Amino acid sequence: MNKIFNNADEAIAGIKDDMTLMLGGFGLCGIPENSIAALVNKGVTGLTCISNNAGVDDFGLGLLLQKRQIKKMISSYVGENDEFERQMLSGELEVDLIPQGSLAARCQAGGAGVPAFFTPAGYGTEVAVGKEVRYFDGKPHILESALTADFAIVKAWKGDRFGNLIFKGTARNFNPVMAMAGKITIAEVEEMVEPGELDPNFIHLPGVFVQRIFQGVNYEKRIEQRTVREKV
Amino acid sequence: MLDKTGIAKRIAQELQDGWYVNLGIGIPTLIANYVPDGLNVVFQSENGILGMGAFPIEGEEDADLINAGKQTITALPGAAIFDSAVSFAMIRGKHIQLTVLGAMEVSDSGDIANWKIPGKMVKGMGGAMDLVASSDNIIVAMMHTNRKGHSKLLKQCSLPLTGVKCVKKIVTNLAVLDVTDQGFRLLERAPGVSVEDIQAATEGRLVVEGDIPEMKI
Repeated sequence: MNKIFNNADEAIAGIKDDMTLMLGGFGLCGIPENSIAALVNKGVTGLTCISNNAGVDDFGLGLLLQKRQIKKMISSYVGENDEFERQMLSGELEVDLIPQGSLAARCQAGGAGVPAFFTPAGYGTEVAVGKEVRYFDGKPHILESALTADFAIVKAWKGDRFGNLIFKGTARNFNPVMAMAGKITIAEVEEMVEPGELDPNFIHLPGVFVQRIFQGVNYEKRIEQRTVREKV
Repeated sequence: MLDKTGIAKRIAQELQDGWYVNLGIGIPTLIANYVPDGLNVVFQSENGILGMGAFPIEGEEDADLINAGKQTITALPGAAIFDSAVSFAMIRGKHIQLTVLGAMEVSDSGDIANWKIPGKMVKGMGGAMDLVASSDNIIVAMMHTNRKGHSKLLKQCSLPLTGVKCVKKIVTNLAVLDVTDQGFRLLERAPGVSVEDIQAATEGRLVVEGDIPEMKI
């Protein structure tokens, strides 16, 4: 079995206008930098992007927003991107804001064959409008549906040609659950290793969820809020 | 009157040994600096870490290790890292004993609004809706009034809600209050602040019973 592609351009083959994509990452941490750059180059438009955040003005998904390649965003928090806020408030960009935990659970459900589930998050708020409410143990819950995507694009630390992945630090975030929910899942890794080098006991995402994998290059790994303390 | 640090210090007094605690962005983040000596408290950040430590010293920042505010952090010995689904499983499943977050408005029945000003500011709710819907113990850390001087403790929230009937306690620059069926109940005054000052700054129903002690910071 060999799921290896040579580079991002080859790995994103088949992504067309108006498709739905999931993109892993939290803020700029653990985002698929190489694939985003390839999508910008390819120039696909009308995309629906499911991603916790929308990058910053000049990095991450902000690069696709700048080029007006995104029609709709499904996210939980978009506060770091002025261009996003401008496009949203002017109505150019369709936005569906959903609670972060519901976003993660909806992706996981999509990948796990669970069509919908009840959660307390968002009850009594705008998020609950039009959704079925049911009480469990006397507490109200709303029905949330699963999410899937034509392509899920994730970033891992190490992977092998079977698609097995491990992540580093909090760069894990949404990557494993989104990888589960893609009809086709593309994983870009910092380091491609031989099968067997990753201890099977410590695989974070089994390769069954990954269809394409490639070794990324030139990771910038930009830090959004560099925060340090004095050395004592 | 307290400053933001004072609010954080006062909330730190609420911590109990063995608790897992989620701190929101802003004032709540400061609480980690004032954990009373001898208490073992584990901080969770909803992007996927338990056992969050101090900010790194310069030169040791790691782009792959951040908190929910996107700030660089360190992991303490005994820390654990996980994905977003597991992170909210521990939140929704009530494995986290305390949530502290900021707010734009709180109502006297415990509703909270902190994610959207229609037509003006839309940042999103992030994990706040999941946190307030699930946690049994929610403390709001905020200033008592907004920049225009208007009360943030209201009869009813005017902004889109983050959660309903969920806030248990509020610590502001003026007071400590809890939320009861009769409205906000005044528990403590900030140093130098009178009951009348607090009444004047509180739009929602306010219950004042007996002598209200001054906070000890």
